[in-house]
Amino acid sequence: MTQLAYHRPVSAAEAARLAAGDPEAKLLAGGQSIVPSLKLGLLAPSALIDLAGIPELRGIRLQGRTLTVGAMTTHAAVAASPEVRSSIPALARLAEGIGDRQVRNRGTAGGSLANSDPAADYPAAALALGAVLRTTRRPIPADAFFKGLFETALEPGELLTAMEFPVPDRAAYVKLPQPASRFALVGVFLAQTGGAVRVAVTGAAPCVFRVREMEEALARRFAPESLAGIGLAADGLSSDIHGSAAYRAHLIPVLARQAVAQALG
Amino acid sequence: MSQPIPLSVNGKAVTVEADPDTLLVTFLREHLRLTGTHVGCDTASCGACTVLIGGRAAKSCNVLLGQVSGEAITTIEGITPADGSLHPMQAAFKACHGLQCGFCTPGMIMSAIDLLTHHAHATREEVRAGLEGNLCRCTGYHNIVSAVMRAAQAMQAAGGGS
Ligand SMILES: Cc1cc2nc3c(=O)[nH]c(=O)nc-3n(C[C@H](O)[C@H](O)[C@H](O)COP(=O)(O)OP(=O)(O)OC[C@H]3O[C@@H](n4cnc5c(N)ncnc54)[C@H](O)[C@@H]3O)c2cc1C
Ligand code: FES
Ligand code: FES
Repeated sequence: MTQLAYHRPVSAAEAARLAAGDPEAKLLAGGQSIVPSLKLGLLAPSALIDLAGIPELRGIRLQGRTLTVGAMTTHAAVAASPEVRSSIPALARLAEGIGDRQVRNRGTAGGSLANSDPAADYPAAALALGAVLRTTRRPIPADAFFKGLFETALEPGELLTAMEFPVPDRAAYVKLPQPASRFALVGVFLAQTGGAVRVAVTGAAPCVFRVREMEEALARRFAPESLAGIGLAADGLSSDIHGSAAYRAHLIPVLARQAVAQALG
Repeated sequence: MSQPIPLSVNGKAVTVEADPDTLLVTFLREHLRLTGTHVGCDTASCGACTVLIGGRAAKSCNVLLGQVSGEAITTIEGITPADGSLHPMQAAFKACHGLQCGFCTPGMIMSAIDLLTHHAHATREEVRAGLEGNLCRCTGYHNIVSAVMRAAQAMQAAGGGS
């Protein structure tokens, strides 16, 4: 490949310093998204900053009603975690449904969120659960984190360190996987906490988004029938070889109804 | 830029002087000549290149050498006992005709070992789903699943694990 520099910092502060000092450098988490881009020449960074040697970025902690997941925690670790399974089982199932065994063993929660792939699963969980994304500089609410296609609120030299997920009363995630990669053709994550409901959709548009009309209907009554008659316009949704915008628009309420039933069941 | 990278491969500690952005599969096949690890797609799709990193399956065409600094790598060459007999997973693939051309087999076996290590009592359905990262163009998977079920019994009888 290229003659790039390779750093293995041992603290988040050191990693952030290295990243801030070189705008052409790239952070490397599990590498499951970035290595393919490097191989294709879509990315040609001056340096890679490998986060694997930073223990403070790993691990899962449940304190009261907050589940904290370190940025470098793998999908496999989230899927197998007793803390996640007991507090937010929908999140454990989401992690279990990502790609395949090999991808889950390497890919990380933080890498997935920082990447903001339009078809990734984690962004839907972060947005629907109202997570707070902690960085080396500040806490960022999920509502302000996802900015667009592969675009987030992270600034150059800013590292995602951990995600704090408020534990909901009920939650569920249903996706129609793209059969080859398992990425979401469309995925709907919904969460109910007290009287409030949040519904987040991934896979359908350039960026994860909430559906307020569904949230309000489900807040009035949390039942699949509450979604009757709520349709989404295909305008602005994605069209590609896997599905048209109209198909995706059709799938969103279908999957949302299934998710409500699953959350209740 | 070339730098020293310490790791262990099939139980042997080595420190290699190499570019950290070398693909792990290139390093294994071309530097160490461990050609049992295959390259099917080179796009993280087929699983032919699967090896164990710290006991967990990974696609070595999608991992950089720098990422496995300090790690223990196991390839298909590293699973046979010292007496040259077959690992129970290999023996089960042979007994159940779990392969035809054999191209997918090393990756399939490494994934299956990870699967049983972390899920010793997997059902047929769980084995089938658990191997979704490995593609086979020949067998139709039926005999592969049978082989993994047979290996599960043999490995449990032998005290579990790999
Ligand atoms: C075959 C295959 C199937 C897949 N299927 C799915 C699927 O079904 N669903 C799904 O959601 N995903 C899927 N993925 C993607 C997978 O989940 C990736 O692991 C994930 O998107 C990126 O995580 P990573 O740790 O590998 O990050 P990397 O690839 O290492 O990094 C991704 C990006 O995030 C940045 N970054 C990483 N960590 C940080 C941090 N702490 N702070 C700031 N920036 C950071 C990097 O600089 C890079 O730009 C699949 C991948 C493959 C190869
Ligand atoms: S060669 Fe690595 S997954 Fe196909
Ligand atoms: S035996 Fe030929 S690809 Fe699997």
